[in-house]
Amino acid sequence: MQRIGVFVCWCGSNIAGSVDVEAVSQALKNEPGVVFSTNYQYMCSQAGQDMIVNAVKEHKLTGIVVCSCSPRMHEATFRKTAAAAGLNPYMVEIANIREQCSWVHKDIATGTQKAIILGKAAIAKVNLNAPLTPGESPVTKRALVIGGGIAGIQTALDIADAGFPVDIVEKNPTIGGKMAQLDKTFPTLDCAACILTPKMVDVAQNENIRIFSYSEVSEIKGFVGNFDVTIKKNARYVKEDVCTGCGACVEKCPMKKVPNEFNLGMDNRSAIYIPFAQAVPKVATIDPNACNMLKNGKCGLCAKVCAAGAIDYTQKDEYINEKYGAIVVATGFNPISMDKFDEFAYNQSKDVITSLEFERLTNAAGPTAGHLERPSDGKSPKTIVFVQCVGSRCDACNEKGKEYCSKICCMYTAKHAMLVRDKYPDTDVYVFYIDVRTPGKNFDEFYRRAVEEYGVKYIKGMVGKVTPEGDKLKVQASDLIDNKQLHIDADLVVLAAAIEPDKSARPLATMLTASMDTNDFFTEAHPKLRPVESPTAGVFLSGACQGPKDIPETVSQAGAAASKVIGLLAKDKLTGNPCVAHSNELMCNGCSSCERVCPYGAITYEDREFRMPDRTTKIRRIAIVNPAVCQGCGACTVACPSGAMDLNGFASNQIMAEVDAICK
Amino acid sequence: MNNNKYLREELIRQSGVNPKKCMKCGKCSATCPAYDEMEYHPHQFVSMVESGDIEPLLKSESLYKCLSCFACVDRCPRGVEPAKLVEAVRLSAVRKQGQNRMSANDVASILDEDIPQQLLVSAFRKYSK
Repeated sequence: MQRIGVFVCWCGSNIAGSVDVEAVSQALKNEPGVVFSTNYQYMCSQAGQDMIVNAVKEHKLTGIVVCSCSPRMHEATFRKTAAAAGLNPYMVEIANIREQCSWVHKDIATGTQKAIILGKAAIAKVNLNAPLTPGESPVTKRALVIGGGIAGIQTALDIADAGFPVDIVEKNPTIGGKMAQLDKTFPTLDCAACILTPKMVDVAQNENIRIFSYSEVSEIKGFVGNFDVTIKKNARYVKEDVCTGCGACVEKCPMKKVPNEFNLGMDNRSAIYIPFAQAVPKVATIDPNACNMLKNGKCGLCAKVCAAGAIDYTQKDEYINEKYGAIVVATGFNPISMDKFDEFAYNQSKDVITSLEFERLTNAAGPTAGHLERPSDGKSPKTIVFVQCVGSRCDACNEKGKEYCSKICCMYTAKHAMLVRDKYPDTDVYVFYIDVRTPGKNFDEFYRRAVEEYGVKYIKGMVGKVTPEGDKLKVQASDLIDNKQLHIDADLVVLAAAIEPDKSARPLATMLTASMDTNDFFTEAHPKLRPVESPTAGVFLSGACQGPKDIPETVSQAGAAASKVIGLLAKDKLTGNPCVAHSNELMCNGCSSCERVCPYGAITYEDREFRMPDRTTKIRRIAIVNPAVCQGCGACTVACPSGAMDLNGFASNQIMAEVDAICK
Repeated sequence: MNNNKYLREELIRQSGVNPKKCMKCGKCSATCPAYDEMEYHPHQFVSMVESGDIEPLLKSESLYKCLSCFACVDRCPRGVEPAKLVEAVRLSAVRKQGQNRMSANDVASILDEDIPQQLLVSAFRKYSK
């Protein structure tokens, strides 16, 4: 028989305001097993915890019931208190009389009655509690970063700097991500490549970092500290360790008409290509959909000109297995498709472009070598219209756009407008906006400079339609301040397309069992207090995969994610959760029902020899739970037809005892 | 104001439009082909109905300038459907005794083959009780 102490908390007036705490502690005094019952203003305070420790010693308590707030709030606190008093921490039960009683019931009598019932249930459970000891698991001291944009690069550099090995998996032939495609960066206007490429080189030269480019994660097993990951290295038909990146193959390749994805299809590349001059790794890749040699065996020019002998047309996809202690998701974003926005004529005119395409048009390494030219005829535009919020801030039912604000567009549009006016002062630049959102350091000052110093015409209102007519784009728009409808003959229209998570994020989330929101952004464990952790242990979030972010914010979050990873990898062992499932081998009939429902792959089967009552032996198949993998969700206990599966700390008889106590 | 409050709720109920969803971007008025003909523009209909300032709308010729082309409905990023609200205001004006501007017979004479069906239906609603 247990010796149970009951501690009823007032939580100031939070509980005592609508629950008669004295009546609760009196009513619970006579429950089976209870030898001590009291109440106090703040049970979680030092004085309150001392009260528990003293009572354990004085009354030789073997179990504790705290009637207080939700166990999510202070269960860990009171478990530590119990341990300090020499009890097993799992001999503590919390009756939630704040969120479930005082906060939801205005009537004291009702609240008090419910608090007593919940207290009785907790006592009934503690009577059946047994001490539990958590297992330990080792930590693989290596981190995986998925995505090689600025988020992934910064995270990897910070983790490597702390001395831990890191692997970056990047699906493109080079790391660098979206930032490598940008021209200048707000609000300081430093050139993106100038600040990014040194970091890319740092990654390449860091002994702790390995880059798997042109690769993707194909399978993830295991759990925090012990992830088992399969990486698919796509065949690039070039030996990475042999290629010197000289570019002779690129020059000689006869297939020169492949749309260049790095320049968003605004110019062409060859079938064998290096995305851009500062690519890391600087290794050529053959596009199998464009290469004549790979398609029909006719050509082989690149192999002939390659002095290093790096070309290998027979290369196959390669699968690499590696173990990791922590995984950082840094899969980034893409602009949404403009196909459905007919009103802006994106598909009808080459001179209606997205902001990312505009970045390439003004970039010295872009298709026009940095000269601002219209994609249709190469003329320099004299009137440019920028349209904000294209596909952002839409109604939830809108099929074309997204409900959220994409956050970065106000600033990059101000940047684009300013740069145009700076380089080509004879150009008229209009920006149509709904609101200008500039909440960042030196952001509003930047936007004001665009208006006041550079004479960019900001107009509150939206563009209704764009109609190509001759070599002009007829723009019809609202000017809400002047209450006018404007008609502008523009040469170039730039759409600030909403951004969305990369398409690879959803299947990755499934592999990681990490949660996502309805927009496919990864969900953080707590929106304020745990912003870089996924609710799935050992999975961390970096950059725009968690929500729209600019570069300064991405870099901060990347560093924060790295510090969490370092904190995890610095541990030699992780303490597990002892509330895991186990199967009663005498009752288990090996039917596999539990294995089928287990979301973590924690259940395996074993043939075991049993001695029967008649002294014969029999071999039976029984379920075995790996306690390090089991997360204690309880799905198997429900699925088991013979009742052999049970959950430590939440055993069926404990739960039934609680139900009985409530229904009595 | 009381009367307007009643009218406001009536218009919202009849049209099924929730003017609170409007984020005041002005795309409805930007897209409106009848803009220059109108004294009050689509975005003003939404905002004036929401604030209960409905009398000026009822008296305005703008009610009959709306083509019911529904471009504003199609392009509104917030799904506000301004044309439906314009139509509700129009109906509340023409439903009053003696407010007919045209008989159903007159409508037929101004039709041509290219007119979309939606416009036909709207025209009937607009010009007859």
